[in-house]
Amino acid sequence: MNFPILSLVTFLPLVGALLILVQSGKGEAAARNARWIALVTTLADLLLAFVILAKFNGHTAAFQFVEQHKWLGGGITYHLGVDGISVLFLVLTAFLMPFCILASWESVQRRVPEYMVAFLLLETLMIGVFCALDLVLFYVFFEGGLIPMFIIIGVWGGPRRVYASFKFFLYTLLGSVLMLLAILMMYFTAHTTDIVTLLHTHFSPTMQTWLWFAFFASFAVKMPMWPVHTWLPDAHVEAPTAGSVILAGVLLKMGGYGFLRFSLPMFASASVAYAPLIFVLSIVAIIYTSLVALAQTDVKKLVAYSSVAHMGFVTMGIFTLTQQGLDGGIFQMLSHGIVSGALFLSVGVIYDRMHTREISAYGGLVQRMPIYAACMMVFTLANVGLPGTSGFVGEFLTMLGAFATNTWIAIFAATGVILSAAYMLYLYRRVVLGALVKPALATIKDLSLREVAILAPLVILIIAFGVYPKPILDVTSVSVANLIQEQKMALAYDRHEAYAAIRPISKGVVR
Amino acid sequence: MNAISTDLIILLPELIVACSALLLLLVGALMGERMAGLISWAGVVVLAASAYFVATGSASAVAFHGAFVVDGFSQFAKQLILLGSALTLLMSRGFMSDAKLMRFEFPVLVLLSTCGMMLMVSSASFISLYMGLELQSLCLYVLASFNRDNLRSSEAGMKYFVLGALSSGMMLYGITWIYGFTGSTEFSTIAHVVQGGTVSVGLIVGIVFLIAGLAFKVSAVPFHMWTPDVYEGAPTPVTGFLAMAPKVAAMALFLRAMVVPFPHIQSQWQQVIIFISAASMLLGSFAAIGQSNIKRLMAYSSIGHMGYALLGLVAGSVVGFKGVLIYLTIYLISNSGVFVVIMAMKRDGKQLENISDLAGLSRTQPRLAFAFAALMISLAGIPPLAGFWAKFYVFLAVIEAGQYWLAVLGVLTSVVGAYYYWRIVKVMYFDEPAQPFDGKLGLVNGLILTGVAAFTLLFVVFGGPLIASAGAAAATLVP
Repeated sequence: MNFPILSLVTFLPLVGALLILVQSGKGEAAARNARWIALVTTLADLLLAFVILAKFNGHTAAFQFVEQHKWLGGGITYHLGVDGISVLFLVLTAFLMPFCILASWESVQRRVPEYMVAFLLLETLMIGVFCALDLVLFYVFFEGGLIPMFIIIGVWGGPRRVYASFKFFLYTLLGSVLMLLAILMMYFTAHTTDIVTLLHTHFSPTMQTWLWFAFFASFAVKMPMWPVHTWLPDAHVEAPTAGSVILAGVLLKMGGYGFLRFSLPMFASASVAYAPLIFVLSIVAIIYTSLVALAQTDVKKLVAYSSVAHMGFVTMGIFTLTQQGLDGGIFQMLSHGIVSGALFLSVGVIYDRMHTREISAYGGLVQRMPIYAACMMVFTLANVGLPGTSGFVGEFLTMLGAFATNTWIAIFAATGVILSAAYMLYLYRRVVLGALVKPALATIKDLSLREVAILAPLVILIIAFGVYPKPILDVTSVSVANLIQEQKMALAYDRHEAYAAIRPISKGVVR
Repeated sequence: MNAISTDLIILLPELIVACSALLLLLVGALMGERMAGLISWAGVVVLAASAYFVATGSASAVAFHGAFVVDGFSQFAKQLILLGSALTLLMSRGFMSDAKLMRFEFPVLVLLSTCGMMLMVSSASFISLYMGLELQSLCLYVLASFNRDNLRSSEAGMKYFVLGALSSGMMLYGITWIYGFTGSTEFSTIAHVVQGGTVSVGLIVGIVFLIAGLAFKVSAVPFHMWTPDVYEGAPTPVTGFLAMAPKVAAMALFLRAMVVPFPHIQSQWQQVIIFISAASMLLGSFAAIGQSNIKRLMAYSSIGHMGYALLGLVAGSVVGFKGVLIYLTIYLISNSGVFVVIMAMKRDGKQLENISDLAGLSRTQPRLAFAFAALMISLAGIPPLAGFWAKFYVFLAVIEAGQYWLAVLGVLTSVVGAYYYWRIVKVMYFDEPAQPFDGKLGLVNGLILTGVAAFTLLFVVFGGPLIASAGAAAATLVP
């Protein structure tokens, strides 16, 4: 494989963005061109992502499609590659982008070319995060994503967009800069920022603790974990629909991906030592934010809080360090990427018609919008985690992993499932079911063909993966097994080192 | 010992600048104001010629009995200084003629102060250091009050002069202590004397006064008070000049004056540098939040940035010096773009300086707004833009030196600082547009801004050679 397909899939959207910038149209023509260029680019990128997935070999844990070049001198290289953990996130990102573009087709009328450029730029940066095999390169993509997202929320967002965009930006930046210091620290210890090398580098347990917390600061904010989740509801509520989809669908997954890629294998001892902390925070997130979701009057805010709760399952699953937990965590992230994306798109559909997100403004939509009601029902149930939807598989596997680790964790997490059923079904009843009494809703139209084209594939995928999750687990399982294996070896190594360090001292005491 | 002619050849780049400045002064005095535009162009040519001779000259030479050295470090710094001065002359032409300030003294003074800066970065003795510094400073005092009929400008010049004279005095006082306790003013001899023996209190006193004077020149806390007023009051091209070349010169001088004579007592002066670096980062980030005038904002920004650049000196290693050089390069280039935009903030022929005047610029002048946004985000230190790499390399050095808490403080203040840079992006992109600015940038300024924006955006791809040459230059600082 000499063809640089990962570079292509990463930077193709950037080419699209440049095309939009240099196109000669004015006014409405420019907007139309921008939409089409963006759609074609994201579809082409999706096609490339599928090619990568098709050629991906699920029987090895090694990095595939690797590219490595000198970059900026020193120990920093331009190194790309994917394994079973990252390849699906790449596909997820490429998959969600065309939906975002389509969802913004009519709802975004202001400054369309800039909007599309921002999204394409964001796609490049997001895919880069999942492909990067160099810490500095990873950081550049990870942080760079803040720029377009800040602009998207701030320019095309709702009334409190300025507050939300700054909160989003400052929160995530604050977490990330500490990770930057940790990266520099690792650079000095290992003289490289190459991830593949660092995966086999042992850091002393004390150093691991510091590094682990620095990475944790970044990923916990991004994830987001309780109590640093408060930027998320604001950002979600104010962001335009497509922005919310990307935020929930991809940006949140970067935190989980980071835990999997860096924290677990590189800081093995620290990950084990602080797993209880993660469990507590996850449980609090699952239960507390579910209760908060129950009290929301804003549809988007409710979905946002439910995202925090679902990410709690992911962190819990990842830190159980079991095959089920990790598989489940990854599956949950992918499933949540689709489900939450679908939910935000559905909210966008009614928001485009009524221009309000207040739950009380709706009711009885099923009377006039039967197709919408059906789609929404699938998404609702998937978010609850009903067997037969993709949401179930992830939650079930993570709880299985948790059960093997500690029964109490599983019990508390299961409470969260009940609560999620409560707030989602309550939402569904208030918005979709009942009699249509509100006069404003009397003329509301059902899904247009474009909207059906957006939502239908998501419905199919949610059910397909719910019934037959094997394709996803086939891709991840070898890499996950390898990750656990290496994690155990690193742990054993650290313990051995610790004994070696202790022995002479105890001898001295005996004398 | 060199013959005098050998010494002069080593000094060729400086001589070119100095002699041409005198020649242009004569031309200006004889031919009058109408030659001002031409003299400005001639100044650019002179600077370019000087840069050529810097680049092609010997990479390692000593002149005037060790008072003046040429090494990779000084060459790198000189080229930066010449670039900064040339950019100043180029971008100020439109502004100066609009403001009826197009006088031939301006390019002459810029050239003379540039000559002073070049002497500063090459000086290897406290005497030549002081001479270069004063030549530079005196020209800058005059430049700050260049708009002499304007109260703010005169005030700026006066303030700068009084405080600058005070700091020069303090520095001179420190130098006498150092001379008294080591018996020499030459860096290499001092290093030799300090090497083995115990550190006397008198020497420490001298170093502290020296640092105070140098900190004033780089506008580091607690000697920063002049910066906001001078930046605000001085004509905008002069402010731009102050933010570019003199900062590079003073910082390069700072490095050499600490590292070459006192490498063996690093632990002594390092504490002071840690304090001024930390204080500058804190003040630069917090005090800028409340500013509404863009020139004052840039003043606080420069205070903060000097704090970050000083991190490289704290580290006291080649990695640190490399970081400082990269930082200064990126900072200088970014600032030239920023001041091009500030000079373009003009409505109905009136110059504007408020941040709120930029409202909605992304819709009225999208390209200008895009370039300015890129510069602001870069100064905030967000990857993948150039400013991130500037911070990256100094933090790398600080981490290597084991100063973890300083590094943590640095990144946290950079988050605070990011807020005010992003506020400008917010004003340009989120707010409703105000009246558009007058006309176009002009060809020269347009080219500068395009170049700077391209540098900022593409450094991530093509930055390798610059980083490598900064590394090579830094390695020559310590013999």
